[in-house]
Amino acid sequence: MTFALKGGSVEPLRVAPDTRTPHVTLSQVTRSFKKAGAKEMFAALGPIDLTLNKGEFFSVVGPSGCGKSTLMDVLSGLARPTSGEVMFEGKVITSVPDGVGVVFQEDASFPWLTVHDNIAFGLRRSGVEGAEVERRVAYALGFMGLRDFAGAYPAQLSGGMRQRVCIARTLVMQPRLILMDEPFGALDQQTRLLMGDELLRLWRETGATVLLITHALDEAAMLSDRVGVMSSRPGLFIDMVETGWDRDRDSRVVSTPRFGEINARLWDKLRVETMKVMGARH
Amino acid sequence: MNIESVLRALLVAGFIGLIELLCRTHVIPQSVLIAPSQMLTHLVSVVSAGVYGKDILFSFTNIAVAALLAIVSGFLVGLAVHSMPRLRAALEPLLASYYAVPTFIFYPVFIVVFGVGHGSIIAIAVLLAVVAMITATLTGLDRIPGVLRKSAAVMRMSRLQTAWRIELPAALPYLFGGVKLAVAYAFIGVIASEFILSGSGIGYAIAFAYNNFESDNMYALMLLVLISVTLINAALNYFDRRLQARRQR
Amino acid sequence: MLRILPTFLLVVALIAAWQGLHLVIGAGALTSPWMTVSHLASMMATGDLWSNVGATAKAFVYAMGLALIGGIVLGVLLGVNRLAGAVAEPILLNLYAIPKVTLYPLVLLCFGLGLSSKVAFGVMHGLIPILLFTMNAIRQMRPVYLRTAGTLRLTPIQSLVHVLLPAILPEVVAGVRLGFALTLLGVLIGEMFASQRGLGYMAVNAMGLGDIPTIMSVALLITIIAVTCNSLMLMLDKKLQHR
Repeated sequence: MTFALKGGSVEPLRVAPDTRTPHVTLSQVTRSFKKAGAKEMFAALGPIDLTLNKGEFFSVVGPSGCGKSTLMDVLSGLARPTSGEVMFEGKVITSVPDGVGVVFQEDASFPWLTVHDNIAFGLRRSGVEGAEVERRVAYALGFMGLRDFAGAYPAQLSGGMRQRVCIARTLVMQPRLILMDEPFGALDQQTRLLMGDELLRLWRETGATVLLITHALDEAAMLSDRVGVMSSRPGLFIDMVETGWDRDRDSRVVSTPRFGEINARLWDKLRVETMKVMGARH
Repeated sequence: MNIESVLRALLVAGFIGLIELLCRTHVIPQSVLIAPSQMLTHLVSVVSAGVYGKDILFSFTNIAVAALLAIVSGFLVGLAVHSMPRLRAALEPLLASYYAVPTFIFYPVFIVVFGVGHGSIIAIAVLLAVVAMITATLTGLDRIPGVLRKSAAVMRMSRLQTAWRIELPAALPYLFGGVKLAVAYAFIGVIASEFILSGSGIGYAIAFAYNNFESDNMYALMLLVLISVTLINAALNYFDRRLQARRQR
Repeated sequence: MLRILPTFLLVVALIAAWQGLHLVIGAGALTSPWMTVSHLASMMATGDLWSNVGATAKAFVYAMGLALIGGIVLGVLLGVNRLAGAVAEPILLNLYAIPKVTLYPLVLLCFGLGLSSKVAFGVMHGLIPILLFTMNAIRQMRPVYLRTAGTLRLTPIQSLVHVLLPAILPEVVAGVRLGFALTLLGVLIGEMFASQRGLGYMAVNAMGLGDIPTIMSVALLITIIAVTCNSLMLMLDKKLQHR
């Protein structure tokens, strides 16, 4: 997202993304690791082949333990794939590259900083100068509806607001790829629906490519351009569903017949995989 | 046997081995430290000859009495305070500050009041240990999930039955944590007071040996204390684990 | 103000009990509250008390400094390296439980009588709790904080200074509070048999002379200092509770 000065105020330029260019590619990516005390490697993920186009909103759904979070670790550069390669903007990634933002499942807001300082944290560490930091933080506060809470500490906020702080902290870094691992997992249903709308707004404003991991089928169906269904561990993609929504969508798509069809198709594939996992537990 | 225990055993063995080597080669002079093997052999000979029998009995009697007193009175006081919330609110800041005060500074006071002997030693040891038990009791009673008491009420249990069958077992892990601390503090209190001023006991024997340059006796006794503490700790920890194991899923 | 009223009343009740005990046992064994305070006041007017306070303070400051630095640095190292921490923890817990007084002769043989011994005693008592609290704080730190630092591409130094240390601060302060009390205890005990100066020495010396008022006054002074410092640290603790 770039800023333009318009009559003295700061506004974002709406970047129209070129949705036919690949942005992130995974080729034959697998990940296994040694668990403490085990003799064999634990195969967590793959092999995965996936291409995300610029500005696409892609969701991943799958049964618990299928490797969704591992997928995110690999995509963000936090973990190296055991085999295969991950390419971001044409380069193979070996560590966390510039331009990637991550929102975790748990609340990652720093309890010892105010909301304002939390959001400013990444910018300050990367050496952005003071005035620019304040400008971007002010924008993010406004965008995420946190302006009244800038001086509060996370402990004083609700779970949903804390997640908004985490999203804002990611937003100010102007990421071109946003990875989110069940960011609304800890929230109640109503809050989730509203946060979904906010997420779509964020996506449109930034023009970023978004990958969302969620266990909620309706959330995936409602928000995404495409949904990937993952099998049980080790996770592979067993289905790709195109939703065909307009870029200007919001949560009201849930009342269309197409939404019901997408949901049904997702559950159809997922039901079998989930039952495998449940069987394994007992 | 996991890797941590192995490494730990190696570390401790290596350390002792190093000390042994440095002593044998006189890098560490005999007047400062004697070799661990010598300490052990001397301890065995001293204990089997019964030389320090009286002192050992004196100390362990003090420790046992002090620990018991601290545990029982600590538990009762904790119980009483827990049932009187207003008293508790008034007491809490004092309890929080209690261990900030170096209780040992009152030892001279006890000596003046009780004279040198069992009384003053047990008194200071109890003073040191009792608050740990009180705090543990309060925490333990706090941590009983309210839903357990509600279940007892639904099952129409009497007050005594509830206390004995529900509350005590539920609070037991925390109470036992208090017991561990009380025993440790009793041990420290007794040995330290005997060391500073006493006519008998292991602490006194160590001080006597030190003042008379009897390094082999001194180190043998220090080794005895070390071994006793380790054994007592291990026994208490074993019970603690047994208690916890049943509660983990 | 109203909140501390019950505690204040309790303290008054304790002082009354003290007075009662004095009346029962007699001034030869226990001085009354008033006698103690006035004796302390008169001691404060002379230089003797203050030079002893200075000696204790000096030893304490050295011991506390060493215990702090050693405890925090070692605590961080053992907390960050899981294996080292797991190996060391039982050993440290055992050392903590040993009556350190049994190692005093060894310390005396190494450092002789005087300041270095006192400082050594203080450090012996105070370092391990600070270490254990710091180590546990790091182990229990939520992993998501360091993962966030990773995604924000912080350098290791930045992660340490801006994420790790602020995250563990409340626990470290709790450990330092305990370490403070124990270091003071160690220094005082050391003075009771290994020094010719300091408040611990004053108390033992007075005991030898049968000078009960001095013993009580010194005990009172130390209690007041200890409680004041602890309360200050508790206030600091509360300020960090907004987390």
